[in-house]
Amino acid sequence: MTFSEAINAGIRGEMRRDPNIVLLGQDIGPYGGTFGVYKGLFEEFGEDRVRDGPLCEPATCGFGIGLALAGMPAIVEIEFDDFLTLVSDALVNQAAKMRSFLGGQVQVPLVVRTPVVNRLGLGAQHSQSLEAWFMHVPGLRVVMPSNPEDAKGLIIQSIRDPNPVLFLENVRLYSMKGDVPDGDEPIPFGKLRTMRSGTDVTIVSYSAMVGPCLKAAESAAKDGIDCEVLDLRTLAPLDREGICASVRKTGKLIIAHEAVRTAGPGAEIAQSVVEGAFDYLEAPIIRVTSKDLPIPVGILQEEVYPNAADVEKAIRKVME
Amino acid sequence: MKNESELKTQRAWLEQMWTIRYFEEHVVESFRKGLFTGSTHPSIAQEATAVGAGAALRPTDPVFTTYRGHGHAIARGLTLNSLMAEILCKETGCCKGRGGSMHLCDVTKDFWGSNAIVAAHIPIAAGMALANKLRKNDRVTVVFFGDGASCEGVFYETLNMAVLWNLALVFVCENNGYAISVPTKKAISVENISQRAEGFGLPGITVDGNDPTAVFEATREAVARARTGKGPTLLECKTTRWERHSAISGGKYESPEEAKKWTRVDPIPRFEKELEGKGMARDEIEGCRARARKAADEALEFAKQSATPKPESVGQYVFA
Repeated sequence: MTFSEAINAGIRGEMRRDPNIVLLGQDIGPYGGTFGVYKGLFEEFGEDRVRDGPLCEPATCGFGIGLALAGMPAIVEIEFDDFLTLVSDALVNQAAKMRSFLGGQVQVPLVVRTPVVNRLGLGAQHSQSLEAWFMHVPGLRVVMPSNPEDAKGLIIQSIRDPNPVLFLENVRLYSMKGDVPDGDEPIPFGKLRTMRSGTDVTIVSYSAMVGPCLKAAESAAKDGIDCEVLDLRTLAPLDREGICASVRKTGKLIIAHEAVRTAGPGAEIAQSVVEGAFDYLEAPIIRVTSKDLPIPVGILQEEVYPNAADVEKAIRKVME
Repeated sequence: MKNESELKTQRAWLEQMWTIRYFEEHVVESFRKGLFTGSTHPSIAQEATAVGAGAALRPTDPVFTTYRGHGHAIARGLTLNSLMAEILCKETGCCKGRGGSMHLCDVTKDFWGSNAIVAAHIPIAAGMALANKLRKNDRVTVVFFGDGASCEGVFYETLNMAVLWNLALVFVCENNGYAISVPTKKAISVENISQRAEGFGLPGITVDGNDPTAVFEATREAVARARTGKGPTLLECKTTRWERHSAISGGKYESPEEAKKWTRVDPIPRFEKELEGKGMARDEIEGCRARARKAADEALEFAKQSATPKPESVGQYVFA
């Protein structure tokens, strides 16, 4: 099953289980979602529950919150991660804070799904990874799976969570194939997954950077460097203890992500290790990230993004 | 007989208007005395809208409002004690002292809270209306907002979607002439905000917002229309604002003469005169004032005597 089919299967199963779940967005009806994740859902659940709407992301997200308040879990598809700028009020000032400022009277079971569409040459307004903005917001969950199995378990957990969740899907993973369990077992938030065990270097990553990190780790293994690759799965909550436990073992840390460097998730992860495992660090922490630049089109875009070779270079450096 | 029962109803309105007035006078004075920090946005001189519109609703019709929403909360029947305690940031407040003056809520009374981001609650209210439509009940959602909110994008997005989806939603715009200091003539391109409805295909009605009977009748009609599946209505209530935007607002207004004119328009004595003309005895009117004053005094006393939230409870109510 592909990553895209896994998300589809997770949502489909939850919609069969809970008739209150409603999908909102643009191009989510017969079209099947911007990148086809909703294939067949309109045909199975009909236009009341799979609601194509006008191009107005801010109100669409507000509608989702209203449904959620009424006890109807809503899933809002935003066509590109970059367009989260348009719904930031709904996410940041409304969904994330309502339960708190209303003294616990309400729940907001809202999932906002959006693809991170990088490396496809779509330029500065369709290529960003904005997860750091939202992990900065108390009251929000931020989920970024790296493989089909996790995508299914995490979307199920996201739908069942009575709190607002931002679910970010890297578009390059949609066609990735993998074994996905039948059934509807959710994967809990805040528990990283060890993708490769090792003793020399800890590499922390998530989403589409996990693959390049594994590749770099295999390459380094040929030279006898044994890397541990951790997939965070969720950035909020962040599994600080899981990261620190690995660093206590290896003494070295590399953080790799496609978000830009300044105030990126890597900064938070690094400081968490400074606070939780400083005495175990044997070398400076290295970040492998996108450059702090608007993302250009064409051949130049590859100058911005990190890749497996950059991770491998970092491994060699941290081992010096 | 009809006259008698009508007078009885209107006496209750008068008492509620005085209740809002005395309550908010206490709020403003309490702020000036430093009994709470932040700010507060009184609706003094706008009582007729809250009372007239509120009277046209069933208790199960969901209400959403803005930070200038003390009057709407009182008209919905939230207890004065829980409201004053909330404004004074006490644990006994309707939101357990977490929300304050700009976030009043009691979901058990289907009062879904006042919101402090201008217009952000409009699509959220519409989402609640969508939930009730999908549940096939006949509840009508009412959303109050100001003239300032009528300039925000989500207002227009929601008008469009509410008509497209034929929602049982009544938009009640309280046009008090100013968005903080900017007069409507500088902000709104048409004479009446209700004209906005025309382009979206819903009825737009302007009434004298300082006349509770006019507001009641217009709201009743819009609610009946929504309840019978005929869709949303935009109702503009032209009113006035005596106080500045908020208790901490400084700055100059364009026309001080205009500002003075505000204080000559007071819906309460005007309504009293009308009721006297219909045969209400002076001591009945005095009785309304006395009961309202007593209730407001008691609420203030209750709030003052109430405990503040415990410091260790600060992280409560963030996640469900």
